[in-house]
Amino acid sequence: MYELWEAGEGVRLLLMGNEAMARGAMEAGVSVAAGYPGTPSSEIIENLAQAAWKKNIYVEWSVNEKVALEVAAAASYAGLRSMAVMKQVGMNVASDFLLHLAQYGTRGGMVLISCEDPGALSSTNEGESRPYAKMMEFPLLEPGDFQEAKDMTSWAFRLSEDLRTVVMVRSVTRLSHASGNVVLGELPQRRAEARFKYHGSIMDTMEGPIINLPGTVHVLRSSQQEKLKKASEIFDDSPFNRYEGPERADLLIITSSACTLYCKEAVRLLGLRDRVGILKLGTTWPLPRGLLERHLVRTERILVVEEVLPFMEDNMHALAAILAPSIGIKRFFGKLDGTIPMVNELNPDLLLKALCAILDIRYEAVSESYAGKAAEIASLGAPPRELTFCPGCPHRASFWSIHNALQLDNRDGFVCGDIGCYSLGAISCGFNTLKTLHSMGTGTGLASGFGKLRSFGMDQPVIAVCGDSTFYHAVMPALVNAIHNRSNITLIVLDNSGTAMTGFQPHPGLEKNALGQKAPAVDIPAVCKAMGAKVKVCDPFDLEDTLKSLLEMIEDEEGVKVLVLRQICALSPEKKGKKSFEMAVDEDACLGENCGCNRLCTRIFKCPGLIWDKQRGAARIDEVICTGCGVCASICPAGAIKKKEVA
Amino acid sequence: MSGPSVLASDPYNLIITGVGGQGNVLASRMVGEMLSQLGLHVTIGETFGASQRGGSVMSHLRISEESSFSPQIPRGRAHMVVALEPMEALRVLKDYGNPEIRVICNTRPIHPIGVISGEQSYSPLENIKKWIRSLSREAWFVDATEAAIRLGNPVLGNIISVGGLAATDALPLTRKVFEAVLTRRMSADKVGLNLTAFDMGWAMIRRAI
Repeated sequence: MYELWEAGEGVRLLLMGNEAMARGAMEAGVSVAAGYPGTPSSEIIENLAQAAWKKNIYVEWSVNEKVALEVAAAASYAGLRSMAVMKQVGMNVASDFLLHLAQYGTRGGMVLISCEDPGALSSTNEGESRPYAKMMEFPLLEPGDFQEAKDMTSWAFRLSEDLRTVVMVRSVTRLSHASGNVVLGELPQRRAEARFKYHGSIMDTMEGPIINLPGTVHVLRSSQQEKLKKASEIFDDSPFNRYEGPERADLLIITSSACTLYCKEAVRLLGLRDRVGILKLGTTWPLPRGLLERHLVRTERILVVEEVLPFMEDNMHALAAILAPSIGIKRFFGKLDGTIPMVNELNPDLLLKALCAILDIRYEAVSESYAGKAAEIASLGAPPRELTFCPGCPHRASFWSIHNALQLDNRDGFVCGDIGCYSLGAISCGFNTLKTLHSMGTGTGLASGFGKLRSFGMDQPVIAVCGDSTFYHAVMPALVNAIHNRSNITLIVLDNSGTAMTGFQPHPGLEKNALGQKAPAVDIPAVCKAMGAKVKVCDPFDLEDTLKSLLEMIEDEEGVKVLVLRQICALSPEKKGKKSFEMAVDEDACLGENCGCNRLCTRIFKCPGLIWDKQRGAARIDEVICTGCGVCASICPAGAIKKKEVA
Repeated sequence: MSGPSVLASDPYNLIITGVGGQGNVLASRMVGEMLSQLGLHVTIGETFGASQRGGSVMSHLRISEESSFSPQIPRGRAHMVVALEPMEALRVLKDYGNPEIRVICNTRPIHPIGVISGEQSYSPLENIKKWIRSLSREAWFVDATEAAIRLGNPVLGNIISVGGLAATDALPLTRKVFEAVLTRRMSADKVGLNLTAFDMGWAMIRRAI
């Protein structure tokens, strides 16, 4: 997509929400952008990294979201426009610094983008971060379509400079990872100069040292209140808050973000454009009080439509109570009365249902008989597709060995999981090996705690797993903790040479950075050794060596052991399509059901490249899917799976 | 856009479905860009993230002369399904099908893990074809993967299916616009092969019509 940073003003492109936000930042002349990969946010930094050389932008994948926010803040403090990008869970990581950033304020325009995941389509939680804007007192913008994703991101930098505060732009999966048409704006020709000014007085927020101290807090927070008041006034006239509908409405929908498109669709399908108005808010904290007062008088009934928490709804209730003398008493529908589900993402159908319930109308997309027949056929012919590791995934081999080692050890040992593709180690494709799964770094933190419970009679071996990117992100402090406190654990680093789950973004363990430049690699085994752990590196495709090493480590009762299982991701651009082995099943050697192995290869190991051929009663390689990793040859007890090295 | 409508319905709702790794995200993006170049408003809703790991992947395309639409099609409202995998066609019909829907279906199955392990069975293709026909106004079945393997790469099944979609005349998709989008998005050495794939798909559907 060279066009994203080459195309000029007025050009119309089909852009992903994330591409639109990246372009918006470029149109604002962003100088520094930092983030940590996380679905659905990663493409913003990736696109900016591609534009970095031409547009003189410094772009980095930071070690975690808190550092990303700090890197971006440094640029703002030096007078540059800067941006930090993360997914909703990253906001929690960044939040400690964010409170201080918001309290003190910014210099160069600074934007924080959080791409969130209602419905947890690719997350382990349905967390959201809009309440941070209220709790930590900074403005919040929520684009309602793809054009706004670009325009609001660009405007957020100006708003930040007008108010001297960080401005948050919140997107969701259905915008970030959806695409729509966007008309581009002008790209600036500007050369930014960085200088950190600190010679002014401590109360001079533009030229003094940037210090949050007990004695200055009340002054800083008073200034924050002024900024919020000013933001609310600006928002009253913002073109990003729009009303569509009749002068007097039977029902007023107040919504924001992707929900705007769902509301429009439902109102259109039900033919309600004369009865139902939609007030779409682009500025959701602080609320535009004057604007809301003008619109709330249109109607007696209000439906608030948003995803995850009833954030706008709660705030709207509070505002309506204050405004009651002028707007009268209103009836509210939303999440709190059950009209809109509290859990999971929304879609046009849930809006159709809500509108039908409130307005007492009927809607049927297809006849009951068609729907019934389609459902019956699908239940017969389309069983669900379970998630699994990709064919040739090193994690399948790693978990095979970990599972077997724990079985052989036979002391009821267990594995604390972490965040990455290998989280699937919790389900059958990873032989149900993980027994805890939370946030990044938590596996090792929990293991550190479990490993200290020996004096309470707990004699189970304790293992933690983490990925290579996760190791740097949040595992290092937990590992230091385990080593210093003599916790008896084994940490297995599943090193597949990149941040694989989010699309192979580089991390500090690799010899290149976000800009593709050569970078010093921070070696995981060396780091662990320096910390004081016993360290070994194995290739997980070598099942025998891996199992042996694992058993040694689990049996070693002294302190912290680290096993780095190093094998590049089967989908990585360096490896994709290159087979190490041609695989084949020797039909004479495979005894099928008569073998006594109970179909170990296809029933337990379950690589998608191996198929159970019912008719022939034998296993078979699917040559379209097999990546030729060779591991299955090692698991067949009859030696029926043959591997031939590819020259 | 001016002049007579180029769309049978506004919005026209197209679903491209398949399994992670089949390239349906790229296929939907190509179709979207082709239509976008004609001045149409295109909205594409995609679910990916966990999709590389053998899961179902669906792209919703909303095509309109008026505006952007919800990236999720309302239930029962799809006009056309391009299924890169037969079982996935049934899954889409359950939620988005209606008696007027049309289906292009690649006949090569990708077995779910449950089938590989013997816990589930994959229905015979003849049954799946019969079911799809019973739930649609028109259905075409092509072995796009087999054709793609002949071209040297099974993933080209996605472009063959795009060519098939163009041949139905459901949308204003032409070879010329496809070539223009290819040239913009791909390196020169890949353009020829993709055009061949597009032509193959076009011919396969034209023969079937």
